Amino acid sequence: MLPNEMFGISNAWEDLLSIVSETRPTSGEGFAPKTVVFEPDRPLLTDGGGRIAPLAIAYETYGALNAARSNAILLCHALTGDQYAAGVHPVTGKAGWWEAMVGPGKPFDTDRYFLICSNVVGGCMGTTGPSSISPATGKPYGLDFPVVTIRDMVRAQAMLIDHFGIETLFCVAGGSMGGMQVLQWAASYPKRVFSAMPIATAAKHSAQNIALHEVGRQAVMADPDWRSGRYQEQGVRPEKGLAVARMSAHITYLSEAALQRKFGRKLQDRSAPTFSFDADFQVENYLRYQGLAFVERFDANSYLFVTRACDYFDLAADYGGSLAMAFKDIKTRFCVVSFTSDWLYPTSDSRAIVHALNAGGASVSFVEIESDKGHDAFLLHEPMFIATTRGFLDSAAAARGLAAHGNSK
Amino acid sequence: MNFTPAEEPAPPRDQPRLDLAVIAEMVAPGARVLDVGCGDGSLLQLLAQKKGVDGRGVELSQRGVNECVAKGLSVIQGDADTDLSDYPDDGFDYVILSQTLQATRRPRAALTNMLRIGRRAIVSFPNFGYWRVRAQLSLTGRMPVTGHLLYHWHDTPNIHLCTIRDFVELVDELGAHIERGAALDRAGAPIRFNAPWWVWNLFGEQAVFLLERGGKRT
Repeated sequence: MLPNEMFGISNAWEDLLSIVSETRPTSGEGFAPKTVVFEPDRPLLTDGGGRIAPLAIAYETYGALNAARSNAILLCHALTGDQYAAGVHPVTGKAGWWEAMVGPGKPFDTDRYFLICSNVVGGCMGTTGPSSISPATGKPYGLDFPVVTIRDMVRAQAMLIDHFGIETLFCVAGGSMGGMQVLQWAASYPKRVFSAMPIATAAKHSAQNIALHEVGRQAVMADPDWRSGRYQEQGVRPEKGLAVARMSAHITYLSEAALQRKFGRKLQDRSAPTFSFDADFQVENYLRYQGLAFVERFDANSYLFVTRACDYFDLAADYGGSLAMAFKDIKTRFCVVSFTSDWLYPTSDSRAIVHALNAGGASVSFVEIESDKGHDAFLLHEPMFIATTRGFLDSAAAARGLAAHGNSK
Repeated sequence: MNFTPAEEPAPPRDQPRLDLAVIAEMVAPGARVLDVGCGDGSLLQLLAQKKGVDGRGVELSQRGVNECVAKGLSVIQGDADTDLSDYPDDGFDYVILSQTLQATRRPRAALTNMLRIGRRAIVSFPNFGYWRVRAQLSLTGRMPVTGHLLYHWHDTPNIHLCTIRDFVELVDELGAHIERGAALDRAGAPIRFNAPWWVWNLFGEQAVFLLERGGKRT
């Protein structure tokens, strides 16, 4: 999503028409992601007692790894993101999800760092997930896919990082569900994370977070085409349910102020209400478009699995109920960022993380960025956020002994 | 924080402020230091350079936090009134409150928290007992505006001004010890003569105290 596109609807229907006319499957056909496959002798054993083997991990990299392998940054994507953090997305043809932050001269400087971004386990952009073929049945996993956790996602990422021969990541960064992975990385592999940026995130999913996810899942499951998760074999897709799930979720990524500013009560291509259930209001039109565009690129079962992973996330619970214990004596440098209008993972969630890091004696910076763009602000062009990230990474790079430019060291 | 309200730009600081040098002198090398109201991070930088401390900061203004983070300092956005309670006991050797005490809503609670978080606290503040302040109030009948009290009564962030004598009394009430103290002139240089407290209270434009947690506190 480009910053300007996010709230722009002027081209919405043109975009929609172009997408519909070149409908692509989401099960990994039609594009060829870079993939590492871990054979059955190296299974991913999940928190829920499951076993995923073989495990394919689809990834993208940007920039070059230096000789000392000390300039690698892992970017963790959010719920419905993927490995295409920058550049042109092969399915949608749009810019990568963190285009605002990743590229030459940008805070995650591709001239300076080696950036790795992988699709999470349970996803649908090439990494093994519910739409992959189960070796046991020869059919798509569907709901037989093991329920995965944020920690399972991080385990899979660690396998990929091992594959690259990287011992310590210079930084692990991500927002929202990506931020949960950042926190899990720091807790699970503190010595492998030199610096960490958990952004617009929380150390646990709140009752409200779980409730909102459940609405989305029930929308998917209520679609007659969901077929108890066996829709792939039956040649159908629960597009209506998934679109409704996306519409409701999308509202949580914005803010009341942003919706009011962009749409208000403005009508869509008409001068008076039609007294029908057409999308009279621009905001309705916008949400319908968001729903339709989403189902073209995302798998319904994957949506169930990744939302579930977030719901199960409660980092403190793994450490006797104390979040501070998760970060005890950690040497990682943290920069925690929240946004004022984010009501999905509000500043209080970030403060709880900062509190725990302080109690654990960690080195932590914390900034609350003033923005009216809601949760999605972390994906958009926010100058203060960009300046903070640049400053934090520059100082961490100096501490890590990374050269200011190039990959000489 | 410091003297400026959160929204306003910090005053220019081309050279290290003399009062910061006085504070830095009180800190033992290699100590763990929490600077509350750290502004643009000048003191933390000075402490890192001169004393090799492991420093952390708390600052209210986003601008200040960003400047600090860009300098590589570990600073969190927060408020001396509300966020100190989040820090664990004995997390630091020194907790510093530089020119911020008078802008807190509950100075006593802030001091109590500081002496809980660190065994030692360093506090600097403008002295309302300074003779020019007294003279302005008594002779002109108006709230004083001086080199260190730049604001008019209606727009000042300094809501809890005190004199050196008042401060010493509060420290007594908290059961803490004054390990060292210095009255500073307008430029922030220590007044280099021995004198009883009432003299400092008259001639010091600002003051810096190094406090140690007392045995009485639980």
